Amino acid sequence: MTDNTIEQPENRVPPRVIGTPQAAGPSVGEEPIHAPEGEPGVIPQDPASARRAERVVALLFTIAFLAGVGFIASYVAFQVGDIDRTATSNLALGGTLTLALLSLAIGITVWVRQIMPKYNLVQERHAMASDSETREHVKETFLRGAEESGFVKHGLLRRTLLLAAAPLGLAPLVLLKDLGPLPGTVLRHTVWGEPTKDGKPRRLVVEGTGQPIRAADFNSPGGILSVVPEGYEHDLNALAKATLILLKFRPEEFKSGTNLNWTHDGIVAYSKICTHVGCPAALYEQTTHHILCPCHQSTFDAADGANVIFGPAARPLPQLPIGIDDEGYLIAKSDFHVPVGPSFWERGDAEAEARETKS
Amino acid sequence: MIGTGISVNSTTARRRHPLARVAVVALALGLLGGGYALAAPNGSTADAAIASGKADDADQGKSLFVAHCASCHGMNAEGSSKAPTLIGVGAAAVDFQVSSGRMPMTDSGPQALRKPRPEWATEEAISQLAAYVQSLGGGPTIPGAEQVDPAKGDPARGGELFRANCIQCHNFTGSGGALTYGKHAPTLNPATPTEIYEAMITGPQAMPVFNDTTITPEQKRDMIAYITHVRQQVDPGGSGLMRIGPVTEGLVAWIAGIGLLALAAIWITAKRRRVKA
Amino acid sequence: MNAPPKAIAGTSTFLDDRLGAGSFLKRNLRKIFPDHWSFLLGEIALYSFIILLLTGTFLTFWFKPSMGHTTYLGSYAPLYGVEMSEAYASSLHISFDVRGGLLIRQMHHWAALLFVAGMMVHMLRVFFTGAYRKPRELNWLIGVLLLSLALVEGLTGYSLPDDLLSGAGLRITQGVAISVPVVGTYLSFFLFGGEYPGHDVVSRFYSLHILLIPGILLALISAHMILMWVQKHTQMPGKGRTESNVVGAPFYPAFMAKAGAFFLFTFGVIALLGTFAQINPIWLYGPYTPADISAGSQPDFYMGFLEGSLRIMPAWEFNLFGYTFPMSVLIPALVPLGIVMTGLALYPFLEQWVTGDRREHHICDRPRNNPHRTAIGMAGMTFYGVLWLLGANDEISATFHVSLYSTTIFGRFAIFIGPAIAYVVAYRICIGLQRKDAEVLSHGVESGVIKRMPDGQYIEVHTPAAEDIAAHIRGGKKEIPIIDGGVDGEEVPPKGLRSGLGRLRAKMSKAYGTDHVPFHEEEEEHAAVGAGEHKQLH
Repeated sequence: MTDNTIEQPENRVPPRVIGTPQAAGPSVGEEPIHAPEGEPGVIPQDPASARRAERVVALLFTIAFLAGVGFIASYVAFQVGDIDRTATSNLALGGTLTLALLSLAIGITVWVRQIMPKYNLVQERHAMASDSETREHVKETFLRGAEESGFVKHGLLRRTLLLAAAPLGLAPLVLLKDLGPLPGTVLRHTVWGEPTKDGKPRRLVVEGTGQPIRAADFNSPGGILSVVPEGYEHDLNALAKATLILLKFRPEEFKSGTNLNWTHDGIVAYSKICTHVGCPAALYEQTTHHILCPCHQSTFDAADGANVIFGPAARPLPQLPIGIDDEGYLIAKSDFHVPVGPSFWERGDAEAEARETKS
Repeated sequence: MIGTGISVNSTTARRRHPLARVAVVALALGLLGGGYALAAPNGSTADAAIASGKADDADQGKSLFVAHCASCHGMNAEGSSKAPTLIGVGAAAVDFQVSSGRMPMTDSGPQALRKPRPEWATEEAISQLAAYVQSLGGGPTIPGAEQVDPAKGDPARGGELFRANCIQCHNFTGSGGALTYGKHAPTLNPATPTEIYEAMITGPQAMPVFNDTTITPEQKRDMIAYITHVRQQVDPGGSGLMRIGPVTEGLVAWIAGIGLLALAAIWITAKRRRVKA
Repeated sequence: MNAPPKAIAGTSTFLDDRLGAGSFLKRNLRKIFPDHWSFLLGEIALYSFIILLLTGTFLTFWFKPSMGHTTYLGSYAPLYGVEMSEAYASSLHISFDVRGGLLIRQMHHWAALLFVAGMMVHMLRVFFTGAYRKPRELNWLIGVLLLSLALVEGLTGYSLPDDLLSGAGLRITQGVAISVPVVGTYLSFFLFGGEYPGHDVVSRFYSLHILLIPGILLALISAHMILMWVQKHTQMPGKGRTESNVVGAPFYPAFMAKAGAFFLFTFGVIALLGTFAQINPIWLYGPYTPADISAGSQPDFYMGFLEGSLRIMPAWEFNLFGYTFPMSVLIPALVPLGIVMTGLALYPFLEQWVTGDRREHHICDRPRNNPHRTAIGMAGMTFYGVLWLLGANDEISATFHVSLYSTTIFGRFAIFIGPAIAYVVAYRICIGLQRKDAEVLSHGVESGVIKRMPDGQYIEVHTPAAEDIAAHIRGGKKEIPIIDGGVDGEEVPPKGLRSGLGRLRAKMSKAYGTDHVPFHEEEEEHAAVGAGEHKQLH
């Protein structure tokens, strides 16, 4: 890449033809620009054009000054406190700040380009490496120091020093242990398995309203609800595992993958937590029965036990066994039979284990 | 503090008036049948209304249906290989689909898109068509004006329900999003409050149903209040960049940010050629 | 002019008496910096970092890094009375109830995007011009480290406001962390203080984001600058520019003023974006809950390639001895990142191994003159670009009404085919450009003047290339050494190259270093003739 040309001279350089390199230098017939007297490589600007440039720069600096004053004035003049006033304040503060900064930037650039001389100075480089004499000297000094310190000769000293350093090096790591409790088996359970305080099975309630759901009310095929466990509506740790999507089907729409014993009157509940990396998988298409996770687009067939039909998730969304209590409200009959959410090392083939325990 | 500042923008205002008329017609039908309950409208009362007297609308609607819908949905709305049955979808579904221009469907894409209504589809024609389809097998009715009035809803409460039920498909401000096989959840910006309500209770196309017994009409009105409030609210930080999140932000950072700074760098370092006198 | 003002003279005497600053300044005030626009790209990152420190400090005055529950009672009506974390509530407070808060928050976020983007374009410039070669390998490694840390810094910052979008990013981070074999669950539990999302992650990320990582970044950036200063900047080839000199403008006053102007440009553009382009409108996202998510949830652009790789991975998971290997998380989360970052870090050393080139280089390569490097770079960019693009496939699908799965399937193929095509195309273009250069040197450039020959034939008069262009072309081409491998079978190869790896190395060296378009400048006579005739024309 050659230097960029901003102002092309109107001279005898032949007109450019597409494909020819930009004529960035003096072309045929043009005399080289002679550096005026002074330091070679420092080419002063024409004083007349420098004076013209000075006026431009002064104007820009004045604009920057006024915009800076405007910024302070805007801070005082425009209060915040509702969204419209915040919008005005942002525009006034940001607009004046932008104007001030850019005027200053342009001004300085014009200053450099049109008032300061042009430079074509040359400086020598030197190899980074030191000469061999210096290297030799450093090497000797280093070895002598090691010898003098006795670190080489006194083996016991050396070994016990290393010994002393080892546990101290580990100490910071040990201190990190209390960052969190050990996982234990908590990843295998959700609050759906715990009965409520009065010993009843936990009800399913609507996310956002906390209303329990009467099975008879959730009666439109193609319906969906985002459901959370009663009593844990605002417990994010519980929700991160226990949130459900509740779907209503016509009975004939179910396929073999769905455990019909765990449904109630065409209502089926799946974990909303994607088995890939744990986003809430909740885009539901009632025509195709697809559940799509918006993060990485794993797609599950809700009519067929939420089996994966596309995308990176490797396992179906776990189904929660549901039923109704004596008042007709939907309840969890038990916890999920497999851990919900993303896979983890200790998980193992929980689906196979669940099948074994059942049979 | 919450209710104030909710004004209806010009688009919604223009639409609201004619739709209110439809609602008045529906209300009249309900009153004729006796016992139209505003808070919990249900199919059977409206059916009764149609059955009990105002059959003219339904008759008119039938001829409209035969002319414009029957080629796909069948002579008696029984459905065909091309289109589903309309028995039991209710007046709300008809009003939603026809008033938003989705029906009659002209192109055979993955889903019906919002478009300008055909000329015949006047407010009156839609209400007649709706009355006819309602007479076939009941179904959800068109909500009253009161029921979808954003000014009567609580946007903060509606926002919570909106985030729990809608944004996974329609995006956090209702800008829309992708679904499988070329389908997409449309933007909610052009939808009238009535259409939003109707979409929730009828579940058009791939959209699931949110019936009134699990998400109550008041809660739906709260959601409508949130949607309309947020869509007409200014973007205090400048251009909203389509309100779709980091994708457009990244594009702006590269194109505007790096672009402008590269230009600045070129200008700063450019050699000024001396024009030879 | 002749005597500095008293105030300056007094201060400098004071400082020199105590620091001996004079000799340092004597050596450095007139240090020469070569001029080229692409040399300023790295400064975008540098100045963005300074702006990040300034705006970030402002934000810390109000931000509360706490996940404690609170009810929002601030001035943003559609969230009034909603339960949320204190982190989110304080971010809303900064946006709506602190004058200039929204502007500074937006500028902080735009500066973060430009910080990473600036690093990326700077890195590409350094790569394609071979400016990472000896003696600058260490600075290149520092650069790679800076980029990696910037990604972590960005991720931790993105997670702080605790809105619905940042929570989605955090959820994916946790899903990836927990998938790591053997230690994954511990990693996740230690990071989040127990189960996800817990109550600790925001405050932990906060101390990483405002203290630890910026501290390391600051130290590394200083080292980066010092090394650049000591080793002197590379320069573009050109007239009078050699491997043993540096041609340009002095630090004081010209380069200093230019750098100052560019700092103000960077600041100004960030202010411009912060004023007119809304970024991360957290009030529209709502508070985080692990139960909800929005369509089109996306990370900031620099994490987009990881999002894309997670999206195009087909499902693959297996169990062995009762333990789970979630390959459809592990592979996309670790492999592309590993390829990109390790590839970048090792490239200078691999190139040295292949070419056996141990010389110091101070003149930048023109990308065309090292066609294999350029092609490898383009293949890498395509690899990254495909993943990045696929990270936004839902927005593409929704905006252009393309089938979502088609974009995914396209990505699964493009990730392998795309880089191969890019390699071949870039290589061919490089060779083509080299031919063009050779032609310019041997035949000159078309003058646009048509001349009729005595025999009636028309020819276009060529003029020799301008002196500085010719110098640029000639100086930019430096032969790439080839290790003496005796591949042609004439000689017995040296000892180190007899093994399979050795033979491969020799072969690669030959391919990498062979110059397919050497310059034949003896042909310049032709141009001279043309030039002579040109002169006759006027």
